[in-house]
Amino acid sequence: MEKLDQLKSRWKRFLDNDIVYSFFTTPGAIIAACITFIAITAAFAAPLIAPYNPFDPAQISLWDGKLPPAWADGGSSAYLLGTDNQGRDMLSTILYGGRISILVGIAAVFLGMLLGVTLGVISGYFGGFTDTIIMRIADVQLTIPGILVAILINGIGRAALPLELREEFAIYVVIVAIGLTDWPQFARVARGATLVEAEKEYVQAAKLIGLPKFTIILRHILPNTLRPVLVIATIGLALAIIAEATLSFLGQGIPPTTPSLGTLIRVGNEFLFSGLWWITLFPAIALIILVFSVNLLGDWMRDALNPKLR
Amino acid sequence: MTNLLEINNLSVDFPSRRGQVSAVNKVSLAVAKGEVLGLVGESGAGKSTVGNSVINLLEPPGIISGGEIIFDGTRIDQLSNEEMRKLRGTKIGTIFQDPQTSLNPLMTIGKQLSETLIETLKISGASAREKSIELLDSVGIPDPEPRLNAYPHQFSGGMRQRVVIALALAGDPDLIIADEPTTALDVSIQKQILDLMKSLCKQRNLGVIIVTHDIGVIAEIADRVAVMYNGQLVEQGEVTQVLQKPKHDYTKSLISAVPSGDQKLHRFTVVDYIDGSTEKVTLENVSDHWLSRNKPSNTHDIAVSVKNLSIEFSIRKALFRKNRISLKAVDDVSIEIKTGESFGLVGESGSGKSTLARLIAGLYTPKSGDIDIFGHNVLQKTKKTKTSLIRRKMQMIFQDPYSSLNSRMTVEDIVSEPIRFHRSTRNQSEAAVVVRDLISFVGMPSTSLRKYPHEFSGGQRQRISIARALASRPEILICDEPTSALDVSVQANILNLLKDLQEELSLTMLFISHDLPVIRQMCDRVAVMQNGRICEIAETDTLFDHPNHEYSKHLLGLMPRMDLFRL
Repeated sequence: MEKLDQLKSRWKRFLDNDIVYSFFTTPGAIIAACITFIAITAAFAAPLIAPYNPFDPAQISLWDGKLPPAWADGGSSAYLLGTDNQGRDMLSTILYGGRISILVGIAAVFLGMLLGVTLGVISGYFGGFTDTIIMRIADVQLTIPGILVAILINGIGRAALPLELREEFAIYVVIVAIGLTDWPQFARVARGATLVEAEKEYVQAAKLIGLPKFTIILRHILPNTLRPVLVIATIGLALAIIAEATLSFLGQGIPPTTPSLGTLIRVGNEFLFSGLWWITLFPAIALIILVFSVNLLGDWMRDALNPKLR
Repeated sequence: MTNLLEINNLSVDFPSRRGQVSAVNKVSLAVAKGEVLGLVGESGAGKSTVGNSVINLLEPPGIISGGEIIFDGTRIDQLSNEEMRKLRGTKIGTIFQDPQTSLNPLMTIGKQLSETLIETLKISGASAREKSIELLDSVGIPDPEPRLNAYPHQFSGGMRQRVVIALALAGDPDLIIADEPTTALDVSIQKQILDLMKSLCKQRNLGVIIVTHDIGVIAEIADRVAVMYNGQLVEQGEVTQVLQKPKHDYTKSLISAVPSGDQKLHRFTVVDYIDGSTEKVTLENVSDHWLSRNKPSNTHDIAVSVKNLSIEFSIRKALFRKNRISLKAVDDVSIEIKTGESFGLVGESGSGKSTLARLIAGLYTPKSGDIDIFGHNVLQKTKKTKTSLIRRKMQMIFQDPYSSLNSRMTVEDIVSEPIRFHRSTRNQSEAAVVVRDLISFVGMPSTSLRKYPHEFSGGQRQRISIARALASRPEILICDEPTSALDVSVQANILNLLKDLQEELSLTMLFISHDLPVIRQMCDRVAVMQNGRICEIAETDTLFDHPNHEYSKHLLGLMPRMDLFRL
């Protein structure tokens, strides 16, 4: 009984929270969150909800190749969004492709965040020479367009792998390539927040208690730097999804055997001038909706977490 | 004498999603020409809101929900924004708290003044320039003509506030509203500014409303005073009458909470009107309690000994030594703090007193000099473990209660951190008991343990900071302006608590403050600091009655006139 009351009061406090309140009073945020949620669930539940498994050769028939969407002339009701050149159902491929896109995006952002926040906090807390080295590396990396850095790292990663493993490990190479491109943003934000927090008196009190440096960083500084990091992580997720799509579109990313949204757009692009518009249009729309809603969510979060704008 | 401004039954509401907050509730005030009205109250009393509603600059979503404001015979609370803007320029002048932010840093003083003059008085550029010089002269800025081309950052804080006053006078107003005009300034400058405002008021026959939390300011300048508490006007009248024979209980407690500079009291009169703190629990047998256990019998008479300590901060970095500029924040300072005494450090902002405290606490490393704590040199590179053991006996209480607690930890985690980290209790359950004792020892209910810092007021947070400091079982407590961010009534409570703690736990205390009366109440001996150097060290009573150094005399002369408040 007491447990229940505790839960109830926790829930009440949760609803009372300013950020939660701001969420429920911003229609844009609610819609964006719903779409993101649906997109992510649909992508991860793809094996359950997709009408076909595009990776199962038994379910693919080349006879059904290049069919237009169901409502167009010559469309078949069996394939709602039509089929691609190999006879794979577009709807199913988009769901499976979205899964790979989101997976790569999240993993890459996570990697970039891990690396960037670690380096940023170290750089901000210790300052001096360490700071100079880390931040100059970040600066240099930021002078090169991100996608070029990703292509470079991706190229090196693929070249380093033996030929037979390339397809299998392509997805990990892409994750590392995007993650290593992302980190300077995280490092800069984390460093800035650390500089602010380290000056605060609770950190000095922790020093006086005699806590070692890394305990202070982990227990006191890190939790207080996560707010701004969370904001750029959300916006970074949208960027990472786009980066993966770009890499795949350029033929540098995920191979067509396990296509991501970017790969689908590239494959479809080849057929665009033959009038097979649906192969490239539907994955593109899916990508736009996904990135747009994640971005909206990030924008809302930035506003809600910024005390100056409230 | 007719009233220049009349406020009748003014109510201001701030609608929010958690219901309406009534910031001002049926307040009636009047100001006549040539009169200074002091509006005094503690934070959240609604005093600034009254000032802002007169000039129609209420912060959204605040709205005037009742009453009327009559200026010079006409109602002004229903004027349109445009009409109000004209009135603000010409008839009503405003002075804000922070001279740093109320001037445009990218415009010269002359430009800012003549812009206002041309707009409000519709005069030509040349005569605006002449008038600006005249204005600067009247607010006591020496040699005003060349200074017209200076930028705000080239002026000191006090000078800048003079310029703000000149700006407020530019439209030749009848009424001036000053919202905490001296709070951001040092005492010595505060007095000059108040004198200036008072003489301007008499010369030009202005009505002045001074909004302040500081009764000392009221005693210095106001003719009449209005006391606000919780959005309501509790008392108003002639300043001598209100300060000497206050009628309302709140006024009485407010006045009694102001530390007195002339005599030492055993304890402050505790105001039971404010702050939701519970009574401090006196632990039975403190000497048997965990807090006093493990205390080595220190035979050293001198707790802290500082010899020729100096530190420099570089202001401009450069490759070549001759181009570097550095500031000597602490310059060749030597002090000795005896075990068990309470040592005060007083000085104006920038005198280096906080830097000295942080040096002693080990948060900064000095450039030269020695620090001995209980006879152990804590600066030597060898014997590191002993140094860290000794350092732990020294804890600090900081100025800003809002940044001294980690907002992501519960109070229990905050207070128990030193105990858990150093494993200073036998087991977990003893730690829990100790934390509970500590929190009630500083006068907080044990239900606060599970809450987060943002759920507490400034005074309560300061109590939590004290509990955290005690959890390290300190022998030396450094208090760096522990009450300067708090209201007077809360200040009295916290100072009493610190006094009790010092006695019960026989702590050595280094107490830093810019506030002389507080120092007098708290300290046995005092050091006066100026520009990083110690001017004078003396017994508190000796210093206050017979100051030796010129600077000490100067500081003491600036204490607010306390003769007004004799109850």
